[in-house]
Amino acid sequence: MGAKDLVRDASLRLIKGRGNSRERRMGLKDLIIAKKTAILKRWFDMILGTYPEETSNHLRKQADPFANPISHTISKGIEGIFSTVIEGTDIESAFPFLDNIIKLRAVQDSTPSGAIAFILLLKKAIREELKDKIHEGVIYHELLALESNIDEITLLCFDLYMKCREKVYELKANEVKNMTFRLLQRANHNL
Amino acid sequence: MAKLPTPDELSKINYKPPEKRWVNTPAEFKDGFWCFGTRPKYLQAVDMPNPREWKPIEDDWKLPENWKEIFLEGFAERLKKYRSFRLFMDICVRCGACADKCHFFLGTGDPKNMPVLRAELLRSVYRNYFTTSGKLLGKLAGAREITFDVLRELWYYAFQCTECRRCSVFCPYGIDTAEITIICRELLNLLGLNTDWTMGPVANCYRTGNHLGLEPHTIKSIIESMVEDIETITGIKIEPTFNRKGAEILFITPSGDLFGDPGTYTCMGYMMLFHELGLNYTWSTLAAEGGNFGLFTSNEMAKKLAYKIYAEAKRLKVKWILGGECGHMWRVWNQYLETWHGPTDFLETPVSPITGTKFDYTSSLKAVHIAEFTADLIKHGKLNLNPSRNDYLKVTFHDSCNTARGMGIFEEPRHIIRNVCNHFYEMPENTIREQTFCCGSGSGLNAGENMELRMRGGFPRANAVKHVHKHYGINMLANICAIDRAALKPLMDYWVPGVEVCGVHELVGNALVMKGEKERTTTLRSEPLPEKEAKENV
Repeated sequence: MGAKDLVRDASLRLIKGRGNSRERRMGLKDLIIAKKTAILKRWFDMILGTYPEETSNHLRKQADPFANPISHTISKGIEGIFSTVIEGTDIESAFPFLDNIIKLRAVQDSTPSGAIAFILLLKKAIREELKDKIHEGVIYHELLALESNIDEITLLCFDLYMKCREKVYELKANEVKNMTFRLLQRANHNL
Repeated sequence: MAKLPTPDELSKINYKPPEKRWVNTPAEFKDGFWCFGTRPKYLQAVDMPNPREWKPIEDDWKLPENWKEIFLEGFAERLKKYRSFRLFMDICVRCGACADKCHFFLGTGDPKNMPVLRAELLRSVYRNYFTTSGKLLGKLAGAREITFDVLRELWYYAFQCTECRRCSVFCPYGIDTAEITIICRELLNLLGLNTDWTMGPVANCYRTGNHLGLEPHTIKSIIESMVEDIETITGIKIEPTFNRKGAEILFITPSGDLFGDPGTYTCMGYMMLFHELGLNYTWSTLAAEGGNFGLFTSNEMAKKLAYKIYAEAKRLKVKWILGGECGHMWRVWNQYLETWHGPTDFLETPVSPITGTKFDYTSSLKAVHIAEFTADLIKHGKLNLNPSRNDYLKVTFHDSCNTARGMGIFEEPRHIIRNVCNHFYEMPENTIREQTFCCGSGSGLNAGENMELRMRGGFPRANAVKHVHKHYGINMLANICAIDRAALKPLMDYWVPGVEVCGVHELVGNALVMKGEKERTTTLRSEPLPEKEAKENV
């Protein structure tokens, strides 16, 4: 299954999930957009919190994208994903951002859950940031719908994670093939 | 049946690592982050200690009973022998300038990959046994005993450092953390704790003179196969010579250029250039290796493997040595060879037979890097080049750690690329030249089983390539190192698909207009040249 197929399937799932609640969710959407910076910061901090303390301190401080590629990839990535999930842009536009983060996590964390947990932290960030409003009970249903959207993105993350892992194994296999390629080429030539 | 976690248990993911000090956090061996332990036959081949079957992941490393004694005696011996090592153990003030400069730290986020902490793994042992404060105050002075857990940790992280020396560029004291890793690996070698990927080439090199274990007839046959490819592409038959006594120049390149793509295309570029110049040079099938994995084993082993090149130069009575595109081969030659063997008095200071340039700076080594040789040719207008043949490429240049930080070769390869390509773009300033990011696979880490580690370590480099790929459409990453050519290929495949890897002399070979050549319709990779360029070259 190619990248485009993955995106198309996920888009379909998202559209189905949205149903007729789109208009009713506007209230929540406005709230979230108003608190975009705070939610993104909270989400970013939570992701950095998954790294050891000494590391996350560095990741927070250094702003240069080349001196701190992990933070750069994560911060740019979550911004793109946020726009897709909250602002309702096409899921295809979030694909490269998801891909960038998952590529990184797929070779950093040894467990699949650890690698894709970052996307679920968005739920936590929104819940914490909108704690008071949620307790009022007025946005509860909209929140459930939104969280379902995040769940859909999570499924896409699994697909992407598997693609990354398969790529790593393909590269490992290629290493062996490359070592013998010239030899086989020569052997074939001599036949 | 294995116990599966319940959904409740699964949802309780602990995002926070254990809040313990690093000394109390033993190394956790993760799959894909470590290389296989060396096989006994490789150790036996070069008479190194403790040959046996062992697996780093297992609890029993089959160490000699007195392993602690051996380790500490080795430590003491090296402190006495190398003043720099003693200094590096003592003078670090833990300012942290190096902490975020290591590509492994930047890619992994593992604090023990901060150069300061990686060195601290060994320094803490040093304090415990070799300093008064450590002996008296123990943990309070940052000292710790050498235990099996500590040894495992040293091994795990000594092979998560590519000895690239980027951290040392930023150290206010000039501590060369690479040398700390080098000594640490030496100590581990006293116990037979090397990796298979490093020791295999060492043993091969000791027996055949090259890392791949190629016999002379195989080397000849491989080069002849390239000669056939060159003839197909250019219509010109090149006739290289082997082990020819009395040749003016001995040409040495890493054996990776003979065997693995895209190194082989670089090698074809060398040969086309030499033919066009009418250079009086010879290959050696006995010293057919510029690389030296002995450097990743021990000082003695590096010394043992290095001298074959000069012995061969002496035997063939050549005047000087021309070296191919390699990284650590040049580090060994420039930094260590003179200490090991003294000035080379049986060769002559290299003079380019084409331009007359005398390479005075190498009056002791008598060896010239091919990037310098070719840049000199271009500067003197000695080559007929058609850069438009490379117009389908948008090229960026990756400075190899060893030639950049070890030799200061920055401008020569760039001068060549600008003359053989029309589209050249630099990566961001803090990722090139002396600040270049390592490929993540140097110093014997380019094995297959540690691919995750390599992908993580190469991430900062890939991140910079991604930037120029996005902004300028870069599709070719050029370099002057054989390990780079092998390692950057999978790195690009993973992080920046669409970017290929090549040696600078592959680009030279493509652009070089040779006397009497037929119309070129393909690149050195035997891929069709874009139609437009093919027509222009009629």
